[in-house]
Amino acid sequence: MKKEIPLAITFLTGVIIVVTFFIPHQPLGGMQQRLLIWYSIVLGFTLLLGVDSLLRSNLQKIMRRAPGWPYAVVVVAGFLATLAAGIHTWATTKDLLSLGSSFMYIYTYMIVPLQATMFALLAFFIASAAYRAFRARTLEATLLLVTAAIVMLGRVPVGAEIWDKLPGLQDWIMEIPQMAAKRGIFIGVALGTIAMSLRVILGLERTYLS
Amino acid sequence: MKFFEKLASIDRRIIYLLLALAVVVPILLKLVLPITVSEPVKSAYAAIDGLSDGSVVMVSIDYDASSAPEVQPMLLSVLRHCFAKKHKVVMLGQWPLGLPFGEIGMTTVVDEINRAAQSPADSIRYGANYVNLGYRPGYRALMVGLGREFRDFFATDYRSAPVDSLPLMRPIHNYNDIDLLVGLEAGQAGDEWIQYAGARYGLQIVIGATGVVAPDMFHYMQARQIKGLIGGLQGAAEYETLMQHPGTGTAGMVPQSWAHLLLLAFIVLGNVGYFVMRRKKA
Repeated sequence: MKKEIPLAITFLTGVIIVVTFFIPHQPLGGMQQRLLIWYSIVLGFTLLLGVDSLLRSNLQKIMRRAPGWPYAVVVVAGFLATLAAGIHTWATTKDLLSLGSSFMYIYTYMIVPLQATMFALLAFFIASAAYRAFRARTLEATLLLVTAAIVMLGRVPVGAEIWDKLPGLQDWIMEIPQMAAKRGIFIGVALGTIAMSLRVILGLERTYLS
Repeated sequence: MKFFEKLASIDRRIIYLLLALAVVVPILLKLVLPITVSEPVKSAYAAIDGLSDGSVVMVSIDYDASSAPEVQPMLLSVLRHCFAKKHKVVMLGQWPLGLPFGEIGMTTVVDEINRAAQSPADSIRYGANYVNLGYRPGYRALMVGLGREFRDFFATDYRSAPVDSLPLMRPIHNYNDIDLLVGLEAGQAGDEWIQYAGARYGLQIVIGATGVVAPDMFHYMQARQIKGLIGGLQGAAEYETLMQHPGTGTAGMVPQSWAHLLLLAFIVLGNVGYFVMRRKKA
């Protein structure tokens, strides 16, 4: 029964959602909406599971004094401080996004700069990696290199200053060869998704149960 | 030959330093470059501009801090445009960490308009001209479900006020009551909005996306499944140009241009060094 019940739930849910796409009228439409609301609620609980997992793994790391445990202290302290700030903001203003609140202070002056810094560092790594890896060793690599150069220059105003036809050339690359390749990939992905979905709905694909 | 050897293996710290200078110097000197507006951005602008006054525009905040420098200027320009046209704005988000950016952007624009307002009729009020529904888990399920009834997912706004207590939300039940969706995207949510809300319910959509995501949106633009596309910081700068309100998008164009030129210069130098060294070895 451990396997049969989840398989039956998956089959029924999948069939209802697929059928209601084509027949959205009652009672099927109402059933679909009910399932979507349930999905939303279940997803909300998975966020709680995430919090539980984060705290459990980091607290265990601290207790065992595992390598890097001081980082776990920072994670737990950061989590508790943000939670406390969120509760405080909610209790005092009833508006979690109230500018100037303690929660938004943490968001604006800690979370945002940390996230932005992590992403901004990518620019430096990409520059260094492009310099080392972008070598015109073969015809394909040369084509890639030339195309990248046209797109990089065509996408910024300085490109038009260098040669006024560069933005147009960049548009052509994005709209014709790039799009042709992307469409091929997307059609392949869509067909693969349909095949996998059918396998899951029909119970042929069961790896998600383990 | 040592020169070419060095050319092929420049110390990465030099690359980092020069890249930092290429970004910082134009910002400090406040340099600007003329901006040419592309067709996809013109179409996005026309989609909002062409709506009759008082239309309802839904704005989805699907990005966070890592993409905010690219996408936040789009949000500001779109909000300015919507309120200039007297449209009503319903904001929500698929990225919980991005929601504060929506609120910060909305507060910025609303304060700006209310400061300049000559009479109460010109001012913007929460609940009447705009609402922020906030975030609900659900993603694709939410996108499909909103097509039937907003209240099934958003019984309250982000401040826990019942949506029916907000005059703007009373007549809004599903996508039939939304004239345009502006999806501001740093990930997959743009595809999902188009596939689940656009294709299924016929919702008109404009996408504003990061430079990384924008190429994935071109085929929707070509197939006319979206009304317009604002792509990357360049797109943000183009929209600011159309709004005649230059902001951080426009300011970012020179640093981005310099950074791209520098990167190309390094690639060329690396290749020159590589080819000379290869010939020498042969």
